[in-house]
Amino acid sequence: MKNYKTIILSNQEISPNYYRMRILAPDYHKMAAPGQFVMFRVQRSLPPLLRRPFGIFRIGCLPADCEGMPHKEYIEIIYKVVGSGTGIMQELHQGDRIELLGPLGRGFELGDPQEEKILVGGGIGLVPLFMLAEKLVETSKVRLLMGGRTRDDIITVTEFERLGVETYVSTEDGSLGEEGLVTRVLERKLDKYPQASVFACGPMPMIDAVQKICRKKQVSLQVSLEALMACGVGACLGCVVKGAGHTDAEPRYLCTCKHGPVFHAEQLDWTRLEQPDDDCGGCK
Amino acid sequence: METMKRKNTKNKLPRMAVEIAGLQLKNPVMPASGTFGYGEEYAPYLDLNRLGAIVTKGLSLKPKAGNNTPRICETVSGMLNAIGLQNVGVDAFIKHKLPFLEPIDAPVIVNFFGNTKEEYGEVAARLDEVPGVAALEMNISCPNVKHGGIIFGTDACAAGEVVSLVRKRTGKPLIVKLTPNVTDIRVTARAVEDAGADAISLINTLTGMAVDVKTRKPRLANTIGGLSGPAIRPIAVRLVHQVVQTVKVPVIGIGGISRAMDALEFLIVGARAVQVGTANFVDPNAMATIIDGLEEFCQNEGIEDINELVGTLEL
Repeated sequence: MKNYKTIILSNQEISPNYYRMRILAPDYHKMAAPGQFVMFRVQRSLPPLLRRPFGIFRIGCLPADCEGMPHKEYIEIIYKVVGSGTGIMQELHQGDRIELLGPLGRGFELGDPQEEKILVGGGIGLVPLFMLAEKLVETSKVRLLMGGRTRDDIITVTEFERLGVETYVSTEDGSLGEEGLVTRVLERKLDKYPQASVFACGPMPMIDAVQKICRKKQVSLQVSLEALMACGVGACLGCVVKGAGHTDAEPRYLCTCKHGPVFHAEQLDWTRLEQPDDDCGGCK
Repeated sequence: METMKRKNTKNKLPRMAVEIAGLQLKNPVMPASGTFGYGEEYAPYLDLNRLGAIVTKGLSLKPKAGNNTPRICETVSGMLNAIGLQNVGVDAFIKHKLPFLEPIDAPVIVNFFGNTKEEYGEVAARLDEVPGVAALEMNISCPNVKHGGIIFGTDACAAGEVVSLVRKRTGKPLIVKLTPNVTDIRVTARAVEDAGADAISLINTLTGMAVDVKTRKPRLANTIGGLSGPAIRPIAVRLVHQVVQTVKVPVIGIGGISRAMDALEFLIVGARAVQVGTANFVDPNAMATIIDGLEEFCQNEGIEDINELVGTLEL
């Protein structure tokens, strides 16, 4: 975990309202695991006050600008413009200064390499699944089920394909791939591959539906949750979710930032999970 | 670099230590309760030994669940929170959290609260027996819980009663943290001083509310929350100024401090020390930057001891 000032290498719109930002991020190769996130702050700007959490999409490296200089390690985040914070972010350019705190939280456990893996991504929820896929394809058969409201929400699928991931796209309006919810595709795939383990990230209704399906079919599930956060390090207790066995007398709150953002389905109290604010544009 | 060098050689390092109610602090900067967890959360980012003191999350007799989510939302230059005093309880704190803090070279100030007067007394008594606890900060000002908290803080008589009850249960320095959500804070300040408080810290958050215009729901599950951050600083400076004019006990200033310049405002109106809250969320290293900034300011201004600044407001 580090906290440093750095610069933006690029910031491009990849689909209407979806942006991909590349940030110079020394040491992330060594530090970051799939499913972890960063807290991002625009330097020299008062609003927004708080840092915003973003899942790490991928880590890469550029050759040095000139001989004798170090390689340029970077991370990429993908965000959707939904509120004032992401609104300011879309105006940023190459060379703009930012502060980066991370990598934070607990990422995905890779599980048994013998098992088939099914990744379920809903819209911007796809982001933390890419680094996971990069790791999983080394040992396992990986399938990605990508869902969105419309074709605009279907992002970076070809990059998963290049890794050797089998991809299935569905949209609610049928504008790309199969018409309907991604969870319907999941049910079909689990009928066909009942031994698979599932990794999911997306809006809460999707996560909840995925959880119900996985429980019914008795397959292992890890979910990456989104939450509003202030600190990102487990101090403010703003991003808590109720853990399994939670009661008012014996509270078992888990911090999304510190104990998550990735949880095994059994860790959580699914009867009492509340809906997070939808104004978080790709935040964890 | 040239100017830096000149400044450094011109004036020697200022004395930064301050004293609050018998407590020796190496500098006047400490975290505000609830923004720094139990200290360990920030240890990877900030050398805790640099702090004037460490102030814990508020503790109660029994563990407390806290409020439903969403618990936080950002507002203009600030944030609303309604965490609801979620904490591990005083016994678990002493057993599991305090050992981490004991080797650190900064006094541990434990913030606490109760649902009833008796609970306040009981928590204070338990903490009184613990050698690793340097002082107590009594929260009579949380806006986000149904019982206790602000009920005591908004009624000067109730505040006086609960403070004098706690006073009887502890020999440790007792700091009482006040709420700004009152008509005249001088009345409460006087009441808690008369009841035996050794120091007063202020302000806790201002009550506020924000609405999601699309869903037409409050942005916080608790509907109302506490406003903190740079937005509240001028209000906090004014209230600290008023309290300093009213009481003789030392005052700790809190409210929207994120830079050394902000902390200086509080010292100049008469606070002996300051607490930094929301700024810790924005920058985990904020307090170290503030300490450095205070030192640099004193050096540049030729101030040999930071205490020389306290209460130097020109009217």
